[in-house]
Amino acid sequence: MKKIVLTAAALALTAGMASAQTVRMGTEGAYPPYNFINDKGEVDGFERELGDELCRRAELTCEWVTNDWDSIIPNLLSGNYDTIMAGMSITPERDEVIDFTQPYYPPTASAYVATSPDADLTGVIAAQTGTIQAAHVAETGATLLEFPTPDETINAVRNGEADAVLADKDFLVPIVEESNGELVFVGDDVPLGGGIGMGLRESDTELKEKFDAAIQSMKDDGSLNELLKKWFGDDTTLF
Amino acid sequence: MFSFCSDPSSLEGLAWLSCYLTTGKHIEMYWALGTVLLLLAITAPTALAFGFGGAMAARSRFLPVSLFGRAYIAIVRGVPDIAFFMFFVIALDQLFEVIRHKLKCPDWPQDIWQGNDFVVCPEAKLPLGTAPQWVHETYGFFLAVLTFAIVFGAFAANVLFGAMRAVPRAQVETAEAYGMTQRQAFWRIIVPQMWVYALPGLSNLWMVLIKATPLLFLLGIEDIVYWARELGGAKTARFSDYPHPDWRMWYFLALLIFYLLFTRVSEIVLDRIMRRLTRGQATVAGEAQRKAAA
Amino acid sequence: MSCWETIADYGLRSLGIGERLLPRSDFTLCQQFTLIGSGLIWNIYFGTLSLLTGFFLANALALGKAARNPLLRKPAEWFIFVFRGSPLFIQFFFAYFLFLQLKSVYPFLAPLTAASLGALIVLVLNTAAYSAEIFYGALMSVPKGDIEAADAYGLTGWRRFRRIIWPTMMRLGWPAYTNEAIFLFHATTLVFFSGFPTTHQKGDALYYANYFADKTFNPFVPYPILAFYFILLTLTIIGIFGAINARLNRHLPRVQQPRIRLLPQFLR
Repeated sequence: MKKIVLTAAALALTAGMASAQTVRMGTEGAYPPYNFINDKGEVDGFERELGDELCRRAELTCEWVTNDWDSIIPNLLSGNYDTIMAGMSITPERDEVIDFTQPYYPPTASAYVATSPDADLTGVIAAQTGTIQAAHVAETGATLLEFPTPDETINAVRNGEADAVLADKDFLVPIVEESNGELVFVGDDVPLGGGIGMGLRESDTELKEKFDAAIQSMKDDGSLNELLKKWFGDDTTLF
Repeated sequence: MFSFCSDPSSLEGLAWLSCYLTTGKHIEMYWALGTVLLLLAITAPTALAFGFGGAMAARSRFLPVSLFGRAYIAIVRGVPDIAFFMFFVIALDQLFEVIRHKLKCPDWPQDIWQGNDFVVCPEAKLPLGTAPQWVHETYGFFLAVLTFAIVFGAFAANVLFGAMRAVPRAQVETAEAYGMTQRQAFWRIIVPQMWVYALPGLSNLWMVLIKATPLLFLLGIEDIVYWARELGGAKTARFSDYPHPDWRMWYFLALLIFYLLFTRVSEIVLDRIMRRLTRGQATVAGEAQRKAAA
Repeated sequence: MSCWETIADYGLRSLGIGERLLPRSDFTLCQQFTLIGSGLIWNIYFGTLSLLTGFFLANALALGKAARNPLLRKPAEWFIFVFRGSPLFIQFFFAYFLFLQLKSVYPFLAPLTAASLGALIVLVLNTAAYSAEIFYGALMSVPKGDIEAADAYGLTGWRRFRRIIWPTMMRLGWPAYTNEAIFLFHATTLVFFSGFPTTHQKGDALYYANYFADKTFNPFVPYPILAFYFILLTLTIIGIFGAINARLNRHLPRVQQPRIRLLPQFLR
């Protein structure tokens, strides 16, 4: 009896292997317009649309999962999902641990936002914990005020807890636009990071090549630029 | 949800609110509420089982088992639960996958640890790469239950260990005088009587367990606190049909009321159970019940 | 860089003394031990101060709950219920929110939004509620005979409470209070994790453990170090509370003295 069950299980397994592997795409779901949860409760945003298109071009079945930003890399490493598309800038530190595809978003400018144009940028600066912006603030000599989510960094500026917030400019633009003048950009943009790429395990070279090729093809036919314009406005940096 | 919800920007007042509270995202939050309740319902007996095992091990006459039981209780109780939640789920997941890897792919040529990567053969992945999303979610849920059970099992073990010792020695001596073996005395005398001593500690533990659920998001479960934060955060008109300022306070207020109500109901139920268990016991309260009835 | 230098640079980093920038690359075990240990200062600060302050408040609340006058009893009951019935996580959220509002109205209240004061207040109120419930339970189980004996000696009012009831209440409630103290120290890890922001990267033990896990992408080193520190801390608490317990029970005959056992008995 036991043997029969085992063979049945083995058959089920081999049958499973034949069908296409699902590629699980990890994201944070709290960083519009890169990725966010829409009213329907689904992952939405620039990266969702881009990722779906990349999967279509690479002929992969993809599924979106959300994960806390804090543990997004350890969970990739232990295989709970296969890629990270979460507005993650390519940095040397991260590159040592995981692999990145070529950037699908040009090197970003980060910017300071405050409630008044003469805010003190060496004062208290809010940033999300574990981001390149937080690392940058720590180096500038300003007082770094860290929050676990991007939302809370904006709130800190609104309620005066911080003088300014440093974050990706594209994340800040819609917020500043909708604030009716309450929030303004301050100082010059700060170039940080080497663009945003898709993170993968270093051992997953085959998957990385597929996505690299797909990104390249979207760059070549201009569809990536279209997407960038759609989500980040006409003034955004293009490839 | 409702037919009039197709154009949210034209709505006002109650109609807007009814549409807003029934968006797909809100439905997810209501589901998360169910998940939390289900998790509590499954974790409580599992943790109790872990606790019982731990207490039995700690009582064992065989030194290594006893040491193991005591170490389990002492270590897990000595460390904040968050510290466990931060790495336990990944550790458990990898442990299971390594075991399956050894069983299913004994001749796998590559190392499991390749630099920073943790790679097992595809057959050993849990769940399998081809599995649909709900299997992944169920597996995540299972890992969360197991982590909670291991952590709270240690606390339960401590309570049960004390309760087993609180059963009056005379009871066991009487059992031995009747010729019961140690095992018989344990199962027939100590176990039925220990609950009344254990219940205050266990009810306290249940309350702690309820209040540990906001940490579920650390275990990869999107719980009510996750959704309260996500839904409550300020929404701009570009990314949502229902823009609103920072409403987290209202969502957290709802959570606060939920937790208070839940605690109150638990208190009432546990009080009933205590009264039921006390009946006929050789304790002060049992004595008082007997006198009141007489 | 030797380990001693690391300790000199980072040993008091959580208080803002020493090297300003946290290590950025080539993380050593020594750095992790030093910084996480440095963060532990905050856990001890929060735990000790809130335990000491909360103790007095808890006694008042326990008596309030036992009072016959509903004007005293009802507020105490509600206070205990609200703080025991809701997650600390949510209490921190509301407290931070409230303190921000207060700050915008009365600027001199600004220190409340810093963890060192704001979170301390929340922890004091929280532990007071839990301890009050323990002391109330103990007060209810003070043996009737003790009180009758006090009456027979002509002790009344405050003196009867101070000399007879209160010491017995402490004695009975102490084991449970020991547990509450342990839980409280564990709860201090939530301060920076969910409630209050960190400034200048001055955080508690969990904050630094999280920092290293984030930078090394390997949670299996910093969190066990954190666990190690907390086990030491827990053993210290058990030791101190055990000593107080022994003192509270010193009048009892040896056999009856409930001991908080440190070394388990293997042979019976």
